[in-house]
Amino acid sequence: MTDLDLEVRDGVDRETIETVAAMSGTYKYGWSTEIEMDYAPKGVSEDIVRLISAKNEEPEWMLDWRLAAYRRWVQMEEPSWAMLNYPTIDYQDQYYYAKPKSMAVKPKSLDEVDPKILATYKKLGIPLKEQLILAGVEGAEEAGERKVAVDAVFDSVSVGTTFKAELAKAGVIFCSISEAIKDHPELVKKYLGSVVPQSDNFFATLNSAVFSDGSFVYIPPGTRCPMELSTYFRINAENTGQFERTLIIADKGSYVSYLEGCTAPKRDTNQLHAAVVELVILEDAEVKYSTVQNWYPGDENGLGGIYNFVTKRADCRGDRAKVMWTQVETGSAITWKYPSCILRGDDSQGEFYSIAIANNAQQADTGTKMVHLGKRTKSRIVSKGISAGRAQNTYRGLVSMHPKATDSRNYTQCDSLLIGDKCGAHTVPYIEVKNNSSRVEHEATTSKVDDDQLFYCRSRGMDEEEAVALVVNGFCKEVLQALPMEFAMEAQSLVAISLEGSVG
Amino acid sequence: MAVLQSKQDALQARLSGLQFAPGGWLGAARSEALRRVTAMGLPGKRDEYWRYSDPTGLNATDATPVDLFDPLDEPAPFSGVDRLKIVFVDGVFDASQSDALALEGVQIEHLAEAGRADIHWASALYGVLETRGQSPVQRPLAALNSAFAAQGVLIRVTATPSKPISLIYQHKTATSDAMLHHCVKVESGAEVTILENGAAAARLSHVMEVDVADGARFHHIRAQGRAHLRQAITHLFARIGRNAAFKSFTLTANGHLTRNEAVLELLGADSVAHVAGAALGDGDFHHDDTVFITHAAERCESRQVFKKVLKNGAVGVFQGKILVKQGAQKTDGYQISQALMLDDDSQFLAKPELEIYADDVKCSHGSTSGAIDETALFYLRSRGVPLRAAQSLLVLAFLAEAIAEIEDEEISDDIRQRLQSWLARHEH
Repeated sequence: MTDLDLEVRDGVDRETIETVAAMSGTYKYGWSTEIEMDYAPKGVSEDIVRLISAKNEEPEWMLDWRLAAYRRWVQMEEPSWAMLNYPTIDYQDQYYYAKPKSMAVKPKSLDEVDPKILATYKKLGIPLKEQLILAGVEGAEEAGERKVAVDAVFDSVSVGTTFKAELAKAGVIFCSISEAIKDHPELVKKYLGSVVPQSDNFFATLNSAVFSDGSFVYIPPGTRCPMELSTYFRINAENTGQFERTLIIADKGSYVSYLEGCTAPKRDTNQLHAAVVELVILEDAEVKYSTVQNWYPGDENGLGGIYNFVTKRADCRGDRAKVMWTQVETGSAITWKYPSCILRGDDSQGEFYSIAIANNAQQADTGTKMVHLGKRTKSRIVSKGISAGRAQNTYRGLVSMHPKATDSRNYTQCDSLLIGDKCGAHTVPYIEVKNNSSRVEHEATTSKVDDDQLFYCRSRGMDEEEAVALVVNGFCKEVLQALPMEFAMEAQSLVAISLEGSVG
Repeated sequence: MAVLQSKQDALQARLSGLQFAPGGWLGAARSEALRRVTAMGLPGKRDEYWRYSDPTGLNATDATPVDLFDPLDEPAPFSGVDRLKIVFVDGVFDASQSDALALEGVQIEHLAEAGRADIHWASALYGVLETRGQSPVQRPLAALNSAFAAQGVLIRVTATPSKPISLIYQHKTATSDAMLHHCVKVESGAEVTILENGAAAARLSHVMEVDVADGARFHHIRAQGRAHLRQAITHLFARIGRNAAFKSFTLTANGHLTRNEAVLELLGADSVAHVAGAALGDGDFHHDDTVFITHAAERCESRQVFKKVLKNGAVGVFQGKILVKQGAQKTDGYQISQALMLDDDSQFLAKPELEIYADDVKCSHGSTSGAIDETALFYLRSRGVPLRAAQSLLVLAFLAEAIAEIEDEEISDDIRQRLQSWLARHEH
């Protein structure tokens, strides 16, 4: 636990400090499930790539694709530009494939899934039954038929996807990517790797070679997905890397909101997670992608925790395509993640809302890239970083206006809040403007709680504690409001307890 | 770590054209600098620190020849200011045009002469601040300058002199390749203004190391020459003590490639460091401001204000960083970089960074780029201001925040005058 006796500065509420400090101490999802697993041998090699491909019963073209990625990967160097310090990762000391034994024969329906796995998800608050709402979302009844379809990924495999039939009626395909490779090869062939190419970067290339499962979504033209889709990732097995691959295609004029959550047990060793998410957004389509990343962050001394190296990218391929990334990053020992938007279509829009909380020995280097290629494209970046303990929190971003992206707009705001004098908050934005009709605005601040705002609140009759609560609350609000309702519950349990705990 | 072969090759080629001068304290400092640059090699295009500017022309063995520039009838900068003139022609001191190096409260010596001694105050400064500035980012061209610069002045300010010291750099030979290295030590309680102007040479490498002692104040105003094809790499290194002030302003108009680096360390509490720049480029113009300010003490204030006006394919670069070390509480860091792009061909590339390890600080940075505000233009025109005059007015308003960093009114008027005449010559 961080030193709770640390001097509380004027304007920083003790409760805020304590709750932020308490977050890692009370990591709620740190338990593990005893399940018999089928492991591939440790390490990564062409044989392992072949084995994963064979386990997933993949066609030849998929194996060739993986092998091409693997051969590139062995020639690549791990990037070192991020402001992250971690011991050298031994890529041969990990399991690249772990599948519950009970999944040897793929269950035909959720009823056939090992009850232990179902219990795991239940304990996580992710019911895999096809019920109307996620437990605990208040007011959902009034909101009408709000449903969330879930794809649950347990270590290397997808254990089941709910509401498949109902989604199929609307023409929506929502399944694990391993199924999609078998059942919808034409879509996968066309789009896989088209946003994040096989050899995009070190971690994405590794993922291309060894990804074991993940989610696949296709929304047909003109369709508004009848419910929110979500994937819940759970790492359970020890010394196992999770490499999932998500591919979402929003065809012309369609809409989907997609949620992603992740947790892992407390372990003393670091575990690797290298995911790739590709979003293809065609004309007039819109995708909202929300993440609550709550991997195990390691203990207060930095022992254990997930190394999270994620490549997420959206390609607004058609005119007027829209994408919105929202992320609440509270977990992981190391976060290396830059959800990006390629605004290729004219009038396309990209938005990025992020809250990154780093406490104890956590290190986060996260941000976004907005690449404006089309005319009149718009982007907005709102990033809130909070550092406590001995944590380092870096915002790293790129806004690029190409010569042809005329009349485009970007607004970037990144704010950092420091709690305690042993942590660090850093901002590394890259701004590249190559035409003059576009407007780019970038603002960044680093501060403790603003005295003027406090004074204003106090002059209106609030007591000190109330005033601080209000100001700190306001610091994150812009991002919290961008989250879909289904995530409000989880996001609040992560952020609200730390930052809004003192309200009222 | 093995230095990339290409960087070593570039260095070896560059060294072949340079003469090493041993002897005295300076010879020892130069050998040290040579060791530093040898370990680093020259900068490469793939270096993160050279992401937006291509160092090839600065690395080349010989300077690319540059036609001499005729300023037409524009008076030289600061000509109306009472000052002590020290003139360098193509990087070589010219006694005939210079004033006697005598000014009350100041000692001025030539680097080459003073360097022969065994002991000198400047040995605690020359190459020393440059060395401090090599971490965390390497600046091999500064080390190269320390190793080979034969010309420069050593200025020690013990009391506040009656007038500014003006370093004038004339460019008279098309192929000249100048290397200048100055050291300035402002003793406790003293205050000095250093002016610099002129194109200097076809290619200029310039280093100034400044030690601002407790309670001292240092002002620096620079107008870089208007020659279109000249290339320049300049480094300002400063160590700032307690309750002291460092203020620097640079006007850059034209130039094929200009990279101005400022590396400032606030080491004593309650001090101030301001760097500002106004750059105007039309056509073949690449201007790069690279600033690194370290806050290592409490209650210091730093400001970085950089404005660029770009047209016809001109490129403006800003890389600015504020580093607040642990314990540097109550830091107030401000950074703004803005570009006004007068047409669609220009580029603005910026990397404004913050790295902060203290919690009770106020740091902000802002960066904007865009065209002239059409509504403002429309307003002025509706009030009867002709289009071109209205545009110039708005450009000047845009640059005002940077010029406001110059404390001396006479000097800021001079700079403003120069901006106006540049705008008049480069009508949109």
